[in-house]
Amino acid sequence: MTNRMKAWMNSPSFDNTVQRWTGKVKDLIVGIVMAIIIIGVCYTILSPIFAILSRAFMTEEDIINPLVFLIPQNFTLNSISLAIKYMDYWNTLARTLLFALTFSALHVFVCSMVGYGFARFKFHGSNVFFALVVVTIVVPVHSIMVPMFLNFSSLNLLNTWFALGLLTITGVGLRSGLYIYIFRQFFRGLPKEIEEAAFIDGAGPFYTYARIMMPNAVPAIVTVLLFSFVWHYNDTFYTTLLMRDTRLLATSLLTLGDNYAQADNITSKLHIQMVVYAGVLLAVTPILTIYMFLQRFFVEGLERSGIVG
Amino acid sequence: MKAQKKGLTLRKRELVWGLLFISPWLVGIVFFFLLNLVQSAWFSFNDLHIDNIQGGYDLELVGLTHYGYIFKEHVDFVRVLTESMGMMLLNVPLIIFFSLFMAILLNRAFMGRGFVRAIFFLPVIMASPAISQALQDILATVMGGVGSVPPDVAQAHSGFDSQSIAMMLSQFGVPMRIITYIIDSIAMLHGVIRASGVQILIFLAALQAIPPSMYEVSQIEGATGYEAFWKITIPMVSPLILTNVVYTIVDTFATSEVVELARKVSFTSVILESGARGYNFGQGSAMALVASLTACAVLVFVGWIISKFVFYYN
Repeated sequence: MTNRMKAWMNSPSFDNTVQRWTGKVKDLIVGIVMAIIIIGVCYTILSPIFAILSRAFMTEEDIINPLVFLIPQNFTLNSISLAIKYMDYWNTLARTLLFALTFSALHVFVCSMVGYGFARFKFHGSNVFFALVVVTIVVPVHSIMVPMFLNFSSLNLLNTWFALGLLTITGVGLRSGLYIYIFRQFFRGLPKEIEEAAFIDGAGPFYTYARIMMPNAVPAIVTVLLFSFVWHYNDTFYTTLLMRDTRLLATSLLTLGDNYAQADNITSKLHIQMVVYAGVLLAVTPILTIYMFLQRFFVEGLERSGIVG
Repeated sequence: MKAQKKGLTLRKRELVWGLLFISPWLVGIVFFFLLNLVQSAWFSFNDLHIDNIQGGYDLELVGLTHYGYIFKEHVDFVRVLTESMGMMLLNVPLIIFFSLFMAILLNRAFMGRGFVRAIFFLPVIMASPAISQALQDILATVMGGVGSVPPDVAQAHSGFDSQSIAMMLSQFGVPMRIITYIIDSIAMLHGVIRASGVQILIFLAALQAIPPSMYEVSQIEGATGYEAFWKITIPMVSPLILTNVVYTIVDTFATSEVVELARKVSFTSVILESGARGYNFGQGSAMALVASLTACAVLVFVGWIISKFVFYYN
């Protein structure tokens, strides 16, 4: 080794270069590992969706043919039209959207009011009551499903929208406790000065809530509205328990395979499954479209909802 | 109205208005929750006879018969209960570790971060039992485990099914036990990923709430990245570890097999001892209660342990 090289290796500039390059290599390796993990996870989430998407348009031969992968060779709308027929798709879709929208709007009204009551009025026992809200979040609804069913049945409210409506209006519906919690946290985070100013100007508590606080609670409202909408859209527990006769997308998807098999006397499992795949595609398309446009609000809503800190 | 209000002290006014605001919920919690809970407990000690002609039902006290039956005689209940709870205890740490790990990855700035975040949240949007049922069938072909799929479908997409991987590994002479473990973890991976959507977002928000100055100070003081992780990141997100554990336990229980069994027993009509067709509401209530109590016990126990390690910054 020449003396010049030795001198260079002992100089501080050499250390800097080495450091710079090891740093770069480290960054590169971390980046590659990260990319592999993230792409892998994304693949795991997306692959079934793509598989269903492609199979919904395949003919029977395509599915059996091992050479056909993802892209159908004989494109067909046969499964789709069968699924539309047996799910009564367009009516069911309209009903489901109406159902989810009605109940999520109810949730916003009721849970914001109750949440405001918990956030702003301190009275004897309010902490105990709020602990009960947490209990309703944690205790599984399945522990009360039998009496719920029997009571609504003896009230003759079974198989109407009123049963779940009553639960929602009284703040014990589908995940109501969570929404009350979200609204309470949010209202507690708003500065008290706004309300005090309103009170001094002569506004009553209800006016303050409706006209001053609600317009300021848009992030919480959006969060609750979206989550409630999605969870109602996907729900099968309450809908099969309390409104069995109402055909909604999620519940008719559960019975689609059987319906098809019975109506057309189909015994081939493959055939039934093809129609179910088409049904899944039909059921998720509306909610995915909504998600595509409002994705930002879902993600940011959860961050700003007050669950975190 | 106004004149009356003037007589109230501030404290009383707060009480009146507070109760007024939460009044809808008060009705709900009493009539549709607490009452039902008591009824459910009471039903589990009774036989229910539904009166088909007049409607309504009458009860016949049978004591602990239902409990004795589900624990000693029912074919499935004890096994399904232990399996469900075991799966829960196994899944919760997996989901928590995975979602924290993914949140840390997503917290770095990189291209397409928003897009990846949107994809990670997708399973929450599609979390319908009906959809996951159908997805399970398709997954069996995409990822492995041929059981639930017609053989012709399974063979068609052998590119990713686990049988070929298993066969390859066994040709290499890998012991069978290790192969099963690998196949099982591949099968479980998807479940864990699907169940972590909300948790990842919660952790991500928590990570972003950590003041960057903390990391700067620790770096100046000479802490390594490893130390900073254990001494800053973990304590700062620890309250949300608790939140996420609670969320995960509740979520896993709601979709567990034991719940499904209790529902089936309650709402499938059977031939009762009296000879008539009817429902086994008493037995179903007993099952649902036992399962719920077990889940709550797990929740309280795990929550209690974790709360000992939680650090509150403020």
